[in-house]
Amino acid sequence: MIVELGHYALILAFAVAMLQSTIPVIGAQRNNARWMAVAKPGAITLFLLIAFAFASLMRAHILSDFSVRNVVENSHSLKPMLYKITGLWGNHEGSLLLWVLILAIYGAAVALFGNRLPTRLKARALGVQAMVALGFLAFMLFTSDPFERMFPAPPDGNDLNPLLQDPGLAFHPPMLYLGYVGFSMAFSFAIAALIEGKVDAAWARWVRPWTLAAWIALTAGIGLGSWWAYYELGWGGWWYWDPVENASFMPWLLGTALLHSAIVVEKRDALKAWCILLAILTFGLSLIGTFLVRSGVLTSVHAFALDPARGIFVLALLVLYVGGALALFAWRAPALKGGGLFQPVSREGALLLNNLLLATACATVFIGTLYPLFLDVTGGGTVSVGPPFYNATFLPVILPMLLLMGVGPLLAWKRADLAGALTRLWIAGVAALAIAALTWWLHQGGPILALVGMAAGSWVAVSVFVELGIRIGIRRNGMATSLRRLFQLPRSAIGMTVAHLGLAIAIFGITGAAAWKEEHVANLAAGQSLDLGAYEFRLDEAKRIDGVNYWAYRGRFTVSRDGETVATLYPERRLYWVQHMPTTEAAIHTNGLADLYAVLGEPDGKGGWTVRLYREPLVALIWGGVLVMVLGGLVSLSDRRYRVGAPAQRRAAIAAARAA
Amino acid sequence: MNPTSRRLLYLLPILLFAGLAAYFLLRLGEHRDPSEIPSPLIDRPAPDFALPGMTAAEPGLARADLARAGGEGKVTIVNFFASWCLPCRAEHPLLSQLAKHPGVALYGILYKDEPAAATEWLKELGDPYAAVGVDAQGRTGIDFGISGVPETFIIDRTGHIRFRQWGPLDQATIDGKLLPLLDELTK
Repeated sequence: MIVELGHYALILAFAVAMLQSTIPVIGAQRNNARWMAVAKPGAITLFLLIAFAFASLMRAHILSDFSVRNVVENSHSLKPMLYKITGLWGNHEGSLLLWVLILAIYGAAVALFGNRLPTRLKARALGVQAMVALGFLAFMLFTSDPFERMFPAPPDGNDLNPLLQDPGLAFHPPMLYLGYVGFSMAFSFAIAALIEGKVDAAWARWVRPWTLAAWIALTAGIGLGSWWAYYELGWGGWWYWDPVENASFMPWLLGTALLHSAIVVEKRDALKAWCILLAILTFGLSLIGTFLVRSGVLTSVHAFALDPARGIFVLALLVLYVGGALALFAWRAPALKGGGLFQPVSREGALLLNNLLLATACATVFIGTLYPLFLDVTGGGTVSVGPPFYNATFLPVILPMLLLMGVGPLLAWKRADLAGALTRLWIAGVAALAIAALTWWLHQGGPILALVGMAAGSWVAVSVFVELGIRIGIRRNGMATSLRRLFQLPRSAIGMTVAHLGLAIAIFGITGAAAWKEEHVANLAAGQSLDLGAYEFRLDEAKRIDGVNYWAYRGRFTVSRDGETVATLYPERRLYWVQHMPTTEAAIHTNGLADLYAVLGEPDGKGGWTVRLYREPLVALIWGGVLVMVLGGLVSLSDRRYRVGAPAQRRAAIAAARAA
Repeated sequence: MNPTSRRLLYLLPILLFAGLAAYFLLRLGEHRDPSEIPSPLIDRPAPDFALPGMTAAEPGLARADLARAGGEGKVTIVNFFASWCLPCRAEHPLLSQLAKHPGVALYGILYKDEPAAATEWLKELGDPYAAVGVDAQGRTGIDFGISGVPETFIIDRTGHIRFRQWGPLDQATIDGKLLPLLDELTK
């Protein structure tokens, strides 16, 4: 019964979305206050209905209601409760429900917390948001209904893919969706601005917090996914340039560009067309990603097994939203009045260059992802595009951007002194060279890119502190004054410092893991040892154990260095009974600076085991860096400006109060 | 920048997107299985190889044998197999049937397996191969571009690969694809 109510709630949501996407938008066009006022309750109602639908499906999963097809296909009575809950979004239909839920959450949040938004902008933005929800609700109700029943109800389900029965992966989809579905809000604001024909500082001020929130979530989501891949897939790798990984990375790249462009629009009233285009394309890439994963066009570990009929529906949605938005852009954007002029060498110029570099980086990833498909259709054969391509195309674009990242914050608006800025960064340059030299001395014969990576990371890290120092006037004032100024800095400035620093940390991690990874694969019997660099791994035993819904071989490795035991590792090789799927549970020991990683592979039937041993230096810094970036974003989000609102309105309110 | 070219620049995103959407539509219409990987060796000459036999007494298999069979007017079928491979066991009776086809010479390549184990296996199931080469290291398998066993190649009289079956043969594929191809190649 509850499941049917949930289904009905979804149908009602569809009806509400139809109203919400028309009435406020027409109201804004005609300046009808009552019609525009529908937007706020409409968004909240939409959210409540979809939340109810989500809750009813969640209840079915928790209670293991096997009369619901979605539960049968993805759950099992013996599955641990955490995965009964998170299994809701581990499949196509359920994840779509999560998708529209997050669309609705952002809409309701803007409705509730955007009280000082200009009425017309709010009405149109919420209307567009509802239009997007409408499409996806239709997709669900007509082709991918999670509430379908199954009679007679089978006694048990098919269990969830064992790879998904994992804490990291349980939370990876919601975090990711909060990210790239969250960019729908920036998209809606951009469309609203195009319809209005006006993009101004106030608009940028309103868009930033929502874009920032989405960016924070996407950064965290990608980090979680990468961390999961590292400890679960058993190859010591953490990024495979898989099409679906790329599908989440591309919106991140453009979203970062969007965040930075919004600053220019807000402060200098320039780069408006760029900002709108980035807002459209960021969400557009999210939609393209959705299409790639659910249409069956690509193979990937992530791809939901779907038929092309559903693919056509998603493609139609894609054409409607992205095509419609870009057409609107082509029509209306030329009329946007450009604001402040600036010299090429200026902070605006640097941010524009930043945009170009990030957009180019995004384009290289885009081409790499779709190239095999294009080639296939034109009869060029079958190729796979992997790390060599991206190293050759992506890195040369990112490295100049990292260089720019150090200089940009030191440039003044409108017209800047590049030589002066570079002079002040001499210490960052020295640090970069020193670290490169140290790296070369420690790892002679290592790859050149390692030197470049460590130098780039040092350059960014030190220049971040140089900029901070200049801002608090550390050379001119005394320590006390400087410290006071540090605590008085606006949180967005601190957020920038922290986030840029986070990226530098992540770069150290990426360089270390990529350049100095050690690996050894061999066949070992119990009692035998294997050397990996300075470490000795001894396989003490491998015995069979039973888990909740799996059985496994568990090995015990004693790792020692110079005779002293450093760690004991327990890698497992599990077989989940219901789905007959083996998974590896790698055993990882970290001391913060390097990871020791052991994987138990196949038994050879004669008492020997295939084992894979890795040592990954600095790899923990990758996720440490991502965490710091997320922290920086959160600090920036908590800035008073976003809670107080645009100053013009407050001054107007005070003036009105005085006049009254 | 004059107004016209400026307007054209704003049109660029939608035009690029239109192209992308058209491409996606094309791909969807194809109904291709994205995990199907075609062999790059189709219509190319079979790679060169010379493999020893399963015992010291047997002559083994080399590309020259394929050429010789071609010269005699026969189409050669090269089947990669192993005793540890379960699907190979499943396709074995079908292979044995195929071997009886006039104008066909069936050869086997033992892939990453012990000759002793394979001899037992063939004794149990029957030996349909005219000759067997032992590819202990898998080098020849790499040259043929296989990704596992069983894989079966049909090579015409001129020594060019015409067909590659990935995985075990089944009756539907034999009736639908192999037999018509064999008829065409032995015309």
